[in-house]
Parts: sequence; structure tokens; C-alpha cells
Amino acid sequence: MGPLIPLGQIATGWDFVIALLIGIAFGFILESTGFSSSRNIAGVFYGYNFVVLRVFFTAVIVAMIGLQYFDYMGWIDLNLIYILPTYVNSMIIGSVLMGLGFVLGGFCPGTSYTAIAIGKLDAIVFTAGLFLGIFMFSELFPLLENLYYGESLGNVTISEILGVSNGLITFLFVIVALIAFYVTWLIEKRVRNRITEYKF
Amino acid sequence: MDTKSIDKKIPKYINPYFGGVLLGILLLVTFYITGRGLGASGAVKSAVVTTVEKVAPQHAETHDFYSKFISADHSPMFNWLVFESIGIFIGGILSGVLFGRIKKLRIEHSPKITGKTRLIAAGIGGILFGFGSQLGRGCSSGAALSGTASMSFGGLLVMIFLFGTGYVLAYFFRKLWI
Repeated sequence: MGPLIPLGQIATGWDFVIALLIGIAFGFILESTGFSSSRNIAGVFYGYNFVVLRVFFTAVIVAMIGLQYFDYMGWIDLNLIYILPTYVNSMIIGSVLMGLGFVLGGFCPGTSYTAIAIGKLDAIVFTAGLFLGIFMFSELFPLLENLYYGESLGNVTISEILGVSNGLITFLFVIVALIAFYVTWLIEKRVRNRITEYKF
Repeated sequence: MDTKSIDKKIPKYINPYFGGVLLGILLLVTFYITGRGLGASGAVKSAVVTTVEKVAPQHAETHDFYSKFISADHSPMFNWLVFESIGIFIGGILSGVLFGRIKKLRIEHSPKITGKTRLIAAGIGGILFGFGSQLGRGCSSGAALSGTASMSFGGLLVMIFLFGTGYVLAYFFRKLWI
């Protein structure tokens, strides 16, 4: 029965070894799918490369289905899975800033680490920017505290907000993903025919 | 012949759907073992807290934000996400070696802009992303990917507004990429 660490089935000393191994697998997948290149990533916004959407959406639906299945089989206690808490205004403003940072910088934090690993100077600058941005946020925190803690909904799930089952939400995600895969495949074919600035 | 030689320059990336399945399984295994998902921005936050604590210990201990992450018995660097992020870097090196992508330091940019412009955009992008990740309670890995997969409503909000903003603003920054 999982999750293993919260249920005390793995000795605590193994935490960081597991973290390192999971990280290695994560970094390997990101680099090998092409996330170490900012121009591959930014393609999702211009239609010439939808690798981000494909990897991201596939991973979300595989993990969602997996969690439902593990729950159904009694292999995992979903009540012990951490549900990221929701702070509506703070999260919306934060995501808008991240979206702007994404289209300017072409990386997100995890992908920039793998880009540094293969020698991208722009990724080093991006990561230095992350450090500076988090430092600026921290120093300004007293001014942002109301926004940061405001509009709190607690550890609420999508199913609770919409009043439907986890199974239905998972099903809807699969449908949306399949449609997105097909539509973006069509868009990518058209855009690639007339783009010259980017080598595929 | 010419198109053949261009074809050979295509970087050998694995199929994105296959990569996505692998990432989904990794995420599932991570939930199964740790009860939480993946993350990335948390490691930089630990580095910021550690730096401030070293440079100005009193400021850090009395500060509303830093003090949340400081404990008496261990450094803020002794944190799950820091080890995981070191792993991300090592994993990137392994894949880079395997596929022959590790080369000397270089800047990747559109032919329409200079390397310097690219670095300035990357730096500003990083600052905004770092700042936003704190308000968002995580970045694309911790909030958008892991949050959404575990059915967190906040995770879905981050996913929608992060990518939505990117699409809305992409037109204004197109010279950076195409």
C-alpha cells in the first residue's frame, strides 16, 4: 500500500537517494525529448513545435489514469497524496508572470537545468534570473503577504470544485488531450511548411 | 542529396508521446513512493534562503518568508527538491552524453536576434518566472504538471494561466523565436 514514505514503509535515510534517482530520470526524460532547447519549447507558442504540449499532456493523463487505477486496486491511499492548495488571486497573478517569463526566456526551471547540463549559456542566465526573481519576491514578501495568503480555498480538487467524480475529470482530460494532439499535428504541418528561421 | 545532408543534422530526440508516457509513469511512481509530485523551482528557493541566511542571518530569521524555511537542525539545502534538482542536472548530462548534445558553452537564439538580446530576454524571463513561481506555489513541474495530475484545482489554474498568458503575449515577442 502506498504512498510508501508517508506510510513509513521506507526508512527515512533513503529520502534523498530516492530524490536524486527520481531527479535523474526526470532530467533524462526532459533532455531526451528536446526540452534542453528553448527554441523547441517556445515552438508551442508559434505552432512550429508542439513537443511541450505532447509530452506534458501525455504525462498528465498517464499519471491521472495511473492514480485512479492504483486507487481502484487499493494500491494507494489517495487521501495521503499531497493536493497543492489553491490561492486563487496569488496563483493567477503568479501564472501570468510565469507565462510572460516563459515566452521571454523559453525555459521553465526544470528544463533550464537540463539545458545547462548540455552547455547552454542562455540557460545559465535564465537560472540566475530565477534566483534573482525569487530573491526579489522574498524581500518584497511583507508587501505581498495579503495577496500570497488571500482567496484561499485550501487543498481543494478539480472534482470538488465542479462536483463531479475524479473518473469523469480524468476522462475529460483524455478527450481534450486527444483533440489537442490531432489539432496541433495539423497546425504544425502547415506552419513548418512556411517557416525558414528554424531548423527541424 | 542536399535534403539528405540536412536530415542528418536533425537532433535525435525521442518520440514526444513515448517521452510523455515515461514522464507520466515517473510521476505516478513519484506519487506512489513520496506522496507528492515532481518539482524544480523549490531548489532555487532553497538556494536563495541559504544565501540570505549566510549573508544576513538576523534578517533571514526575523523575516516572514525566509523564516518559514529555516530550521535549527539542518541547512535549507538539505531538502528533497534540492536533491531532486541535482538529479535533473545529472539526468540532463546523461542524456546529453548518450545523444551527443554536450558541447562547449553556447547561446541558442533565432537568427533574427543577437546572442546578447537572447541573454537579456533569458535573464528577464528567469526573473519573472522565479517571482511568479512563488505566488503560484510552484512552476510548470510542481504546480502545473504534478498539481493537475493529482487533481489540484490550483494546479489546473496555474496550467491554464501560464500557457494562456504565453499564447496571448507570444505575438509581441515573436522576433525572439521565429
